[in-house]
Amino acid sequence: MTPLAGFLLVAALVFSIGLAGALTRRNAILVLIGIELMLNAANLNLIAFWRYGPHPEALTGMMFAIFSIAVAAAEAAVGLGLVISIHRHAHTTDLDQMNRMKG
Amino acid sequence: MLMQEMASVPFQPTTHCGPPGICDYLWLIPVLPIVAAGVTALFKKATRKGSATLAIGSLSISLLLSLIAFGHVVAGWAHGVAVREVVNFTWLQFGLANVDLGWVLDPLSAVMLVMVSFVGLLIFIYSIGYMERDENFTRFFCFLSLFAGAMLGVVIANSLLLLFMGWELVGLTSYLLIGFWYQRPAAAAAAKKAFITTRVGDVFFLLGIVWLFAQTGTLLFYNHGAGSIEPLALARLLTQPAAWGLTAAGAIGLLIFAGAAGKSGQFPLHVWLPDAMEGPTPVSALIHAATMVAAGVYLIARVYPLMAAGGLTGGTTTALTVVTWVGAFTAVFAALIAVAQNDIKRILAYSTVSQLGYMMAGLGMGGVAVGMFHLITHAFFKALLFMGAGSVIHGCHDEQDVRRMGGLKADMPLTFITYSIGMLALCGFPLLFSGFWSKDGILEAARHWSVARAPFYMLVFGALLTAFYMTRQVAYVFFDHWRGGKPAHESPAVMTVPLAILAFFAIALGAIGTPAWPWFRAFLDGHAAGFGWNGFREPGLMALMGASTVVVFLGLGLGWRLYGGDAPAPEEPDVLEGAVPLVWGWLRDRLYVDELYGVTVIAFYHGWARVSDWLDRRIWGGLVAGVAWTFGLWAQLNRFLDTNVVDGSFDKGCDELGVGGGLLARVQSGRVQTYLRLLALAVVVLAAILIWSSRA
Amino acid sequence: MNFVFYVLAALTVVGSLAAVLLKNTVHCALALTVAFAGLALLFLDLDAQFAGFAQILVYIGAVAILVVFAILLTKGSETPKDGVFSKTWLAGLFVAAAVFAVLGWAVLQTAPMLSKGATVPTVTVQDIGIALIGRYVLPLEIVAVLLTAALIGAVIVAMHDKEGAK
Repeated sequence: MTPLAGFLLVAALVFSIGLAGALTRRNAILVLIGIELMLNAANLNLIAFWRYGPHPEALTGMMFAIFSIAVAAAEAAVGLGLVISIHRHAHTTDLDQMNRMKG
Repeated sequence: MLMQEMASVPFQPTTHCGPPGICDYLWLIPVLPIVAAGVTALFKKATRKGSATLAIGSLSISLLLSLIAFGHVVAGWAHGVAVREVVNFTWLQFGLANVDLGWVLDPLSAVMLVMVSFVGLLIFIYSIGYMERDENFTRFFCFLSLFAGAMLGVVIANSLLLLFMGWELVGLTSYLLIGFWYQRPAAAAAAKKAFITTRVGDVFFLLGIVWLFAQTGTLLFYNHGAGSIEPLALARLLTQPAAWGLTAAGAIGLLIFAGAAGKSGQFPLHVWLPDAMEGPTPVSALIHAATMVAAGVYLIARVYPLMAAGGLTGGTTTALTVVTWVGAFTAVFAALIAVAQNDIKRILAYSTVSQLGYMMAGLGMGGVAVGMFHLITHAFFKALLFMGAGSVIHGCHDEQDVRRMGGLKADMPLTFITYSIGMLALCGFPLLFSGFWSKDGILEAARHWSVARAPFYMLVFGALLTAFYMTRQVAYVFFDHWRGGKPAHESPAVMTVPLAILAFFAIALGAIGTPAWPWFRAFLDGHAAGFGWNGFREPGLMALMGASTVVVFLGLGLGWRLYGGDAPAPEEPDVLEGAVPLVWGWLRDRLYVDELYGVTVIAFYHGWARVSDWLDRRIWGGLVAGVAWTFGLWAQLNRFLDTNVVDGSFDKGCDELGVGGGLLARVQSGRVQTYLRLLALAVVVLAAILIWSSRA
Repeated sequence: MNFVFYVLAALTVVGSLAAVLLKNTVHCALALTVAFAGLALLFLDLDAQFAGFAQILVYIGAVAILVVFAILLTKGSETPKDGVFSKTWLAGLFVAAAVFAVLGWAVLQTAPMLSKGATVPTVTVQDIGIALIGRYVLPLEIVAVLLTAALIGAVIVAMHDKEGAK
């Protein structure tokens, strides 16, 4: 196995773990944690490909990852702000109980 | 016959109509009264004056035109020309055959035109007074006009089809007028009986018409040599054999006579005429005395060449023999019944039947002129008698039983005088009255008839009976004392003046038929006629005149002897009844002809009607009900299908849709994690597909 | 594949596992921090020094702290009585496993094609700085606006309501 494949597998594993957490945990914050893990796994993918892939442009992978980190941070802030707001209204963060959009 | 040998050579005939002469306008004569009837019928409100004026006015114009036509024919006769002008036109065309109609002006139609319009006009005027209290005055005059127009149409018809059309129309108006007071069941029944009985005759008549058309190809009488009763066609008819040894000519003649027998009340189709007295008296006078019943006689006179075809000169044909026997029998038959009747109009009705028999016998034995002369004279004095009877009924406050009248000689003198004149004319009182000369003409012909002598004796016996029953009637009505309720009064002038006019003619018409001046016969047969006493020299004529005089006086005397003294009270039996009660009973009950019909023909039809009714109600009605029931069943089935299958399946489908929708809606759980899972799953599937497809 | 990679990979995986499996939410947040750290070290192992330090600064220094704050503000430290996992956790696990299967399969399928990558790209911080101002100035500005908006939005969303709706 090439090193790249190893990094990619690790990234896939972390991504799946993050996804599993986002899909199974009840607490809304845990879902956000899972989402952060997924984003990080994607970042890892990017950097791995930057390191081991072809280099027509030397900076692209790195820049992509940096911007991804910035956006993830912004998104985490807003998301957690939303969770706090929801908690203020519903007095809970249990996702199983939030089904007012039920069809 | 000596009379014929004495006549000169027949005139030269002319058949051309024109330059525009009266025969071009002949069609106006029947059309004007029909138009008057139509206009009257269209009035919503009844106007007495208007309808009477229209009727009398139109008939007056018709009379004027008839007189002009008569004058034209007489002028022709005076110049030695036998006028027979025809106007023919094609009415229908189908394939190669034509149906032609037309009218004819010859002596026969000319005298009938004058007689019908003149007597008709007098009766119209008389009706103004007679029907003055009736509320349906307008309807009466409308029907009268229609009748007059139809009768005049029969008279001028040159086509058997046009004659038949007028014939039927006359029958219709007779029905309408007999049943004029339709609220009375007796009147309605009498009208129905008249129509149906004459219909029986008309069926045979129609068969004769169709056969004639089939054989000769035309229904026109005279068509410049191509008519159906002109020699060419007759020759062809004589070569065609029919059943029972008759030729086609004879058979057609008999069929036509059957129609005439129905219309003219010959035995056995006479049963309707006495019942027709239910109609108002002017109707009885006009239709059932003078004109409509004479239409049958006129028809035979019209088709006389057909009836006489094939006969040896001086001999006779089968058709004419049958006509003679039926006429003679009817004459005696009806006269017998008249003896025992108590209704003033019924006596006159049977008298009419009897006299029609005389006319038929005269036609059969003596030819057209003999029969027609009696028809003309009879029209006048019988109309006079009926109108006189109407005057009596009117004056006696609608009493019609002679046993409840009496002594009217003093109360109604005008009526008495005119009635007596008419009665004497009918009896054939010698010399003065027209009836004597016309009846004698018939007796003369009967005496010389080659086939048998029996009709002569029958007709003489009939003359005896006629004198007898008329004397009985006059004695009951005008002599002795008043046996009725309220006292009687004379009728108004509008009724008595026509009586006087008719009485005048009842006397005067005799002048044109005497052997001294046989103008009428000469006019009809197309000879010259001179005034001379040679006519009386014929062997046997004076003896015959003497014999008939004796017979008349015998009848008058017998009648006066039995009834001239004190008439019995209404409740007591008649004098003769006391003498021969059984025979009297038979005669009073009209020799049971109606009862015979009731048992045979009518019972047969009742039976058939019941069968048809059963068939209609049970079988056809059952079928219809069955079909309706099937439809009901079908409808039930459809309803069941609609409710359960269609609606049910549809409702079920909708429910299932709802359930399905509900099931599917569970996907929208409202929970974020569910949505996320679905998203991830979808991405996985997509990715798998992409990778798989890029492996290749 | 050297030993360092395995250690760091194991650290990251264990940390992420702990982050999603632990009952106490605060422990999850702390495990998350460990996972972040492992990832940062992996970046360093991949010669992406700037990305690694950026990871430490932003993720561990800001996001993780933010998560902890959120947990504390929403009483997340209390253990819920129904259990921490959803009633239908198996379906979620299945989906995640499927995703991993697909990803792994993709990687392994293309493994022979992946390059060895002997040459290391030389990227200095100065290069990154010039690139940010030069070539990537638009994304930079947009991200700046995004961060501003996110900041303002988060504040507004999480702010207490004053006398009814705002």
